[in-house]
Amino acid sequence: MAKLHISTTINGEPEEFLCAPNETMLDVLRNRLGLTGAKEGCGSGDCGACSITLDGTLVCSCLMLAAEAEDKEISTIEGMADGETLHPLQQKFLEEAALQCGICTPGMLVAAKALLDENPDPTETEVRFWLAGNLCRCTGYDKIIRAVMDTAAEMRGATK
Amino acid sequence: MTDIQYLAPTTLDEAIRAYAAADGTGHILAGGTDLLVQTQAGMVQPGLIVDIKNITDVTGIERAADGGFIVGAAVAGAALEKHTDFATAWPGVLEGLNLIGSTQIQGRASLGGNLCNGSPAADSVPALVAAGAILSVQGPDGRREIAVEDVPAGPGKTNLKPGEIAVSFAFPPRTKGASDAYLRMIPRTEMDIAVVGCGVNLTIEGGVCTAARVGLGAVAPTVLLVEKAANALIDSKLDDDAITAAAAACSAACNPIDDKRGTVEYRTRVAGVLLKRVVGIAAERAQA
Repeated sequence: MAKLHISTTINGEPEEFLCAPNETMLDVLRNRLGLTGAKEGCGSGDCGACSITLDGTLVCSCLMLAAEAEDKEISTIEGMADGETLHPLQQKFLEEAALQCGICTPGMLVAAKALLDENPDPTETEVRFWLAGNLCRCTGYDKIIRAVMDTAAEMRGATK
Repeated sequence: MTDIQYLAPTTLDEAIRAYAAADGTGHILAGGTDLLVQTQAGMVQPGLIVDIKNITDVTGIERAADGGFIVGAAVAGAALEKHTDFATAWPGVLEGLNLIGSTQIQGRASLGGNLCNGSPAADSVPALVAAGAILSVQGPDGRREIAVEDVPAGPGKTNLKPGEIAVSFAFPPRTKGASDAYLRMIPRTEMDIAVVGCGVNLTIEGGVCTAARVGLGAVAPTVLLVEKAANALIDSKLDDDAITAAAAACSAACNPIDDKRGTVEYRTRVAGVLLKRVVGIAAERAQA
């Protein structure tokens, strides 16, 4: 099958790759670019473990063709920390033990960051609705929701 | 393995030429939330994927000369939700669209995709039918307009001709005292497929309902326009008798299947119950 040559931006850096026309963004991230933070849970857009942002919009990378990345900006979990400095959400997830096995965590973090970028002061209901497409089989969600709420409060405090 | 091609044209003409030339093996990619799932499940095997999201005609939200809205068929739920004028004019249409899937799905899923996927339970379609939205399609023989209720032809099937692409939806201009609402019944609280979906669009002048349209989903092979229910509401003060008659008309219009989500009897009864609730919400909004 003829490969497509795609030029895109991933986590702020220009990136080029070859992919098959029907290859998903998730497969390219994991198998061609070595960015294995996004996980394949269901492969059908139900679990959110493969969450990334595409031009700032939260999407499932398993439901996106890699070819669609041409001239777009992709952000993944690998771009979330600033070097060795964790993003406040990452730090709070650690402090409050908002994870157990960790498979859902990259998707949770990417989705939660997309929420806080858009709404720095969400209600608990808003956080729960926003993250409803990110499944976690370990935590029972409460610690995750609390970590996102606490991060939001902390980040609001820091910007005041 | 068959060779698959991917094209992302920037003009409608290019897209239509390529789609028509693919001779039935072409598939249109808007948000991909149905197409990619179906492809990966082996339900469809595209020879050509035409990504239409680089075409401004299908991705824009504009005001028509008559004051109505023109919404591109591939506009994602997350993008339409942010358009405050549209959200004020058509809250019911947005309710239907925004009920589809998670935040991630909303980043991609579109009105055109939801309609053309042809599911009888498509959440945005009853509200589009109630709104009186008109779909503009373009194909090798040119442009034509189809009322949304005439688009579905049965589960997974539409009345679009071979080679035709859904371009945009035209919504009529809003008058004072008009609004809409959509509710669906599902066995859980979020992210499930409708057992019944009901969209209502009302105009109320001086306490009297002067115009109404009712769309009903998941109770027949296609989403239905229920004119008898609308007629029971029109010229009434939306009193109990009128609403009960409209609810009975909705139940009478049902021709549903039995499945794990609901029995024939349940769906038929719930269609009437939902109509009453949705009329209440739409009426409150219309008079706000």
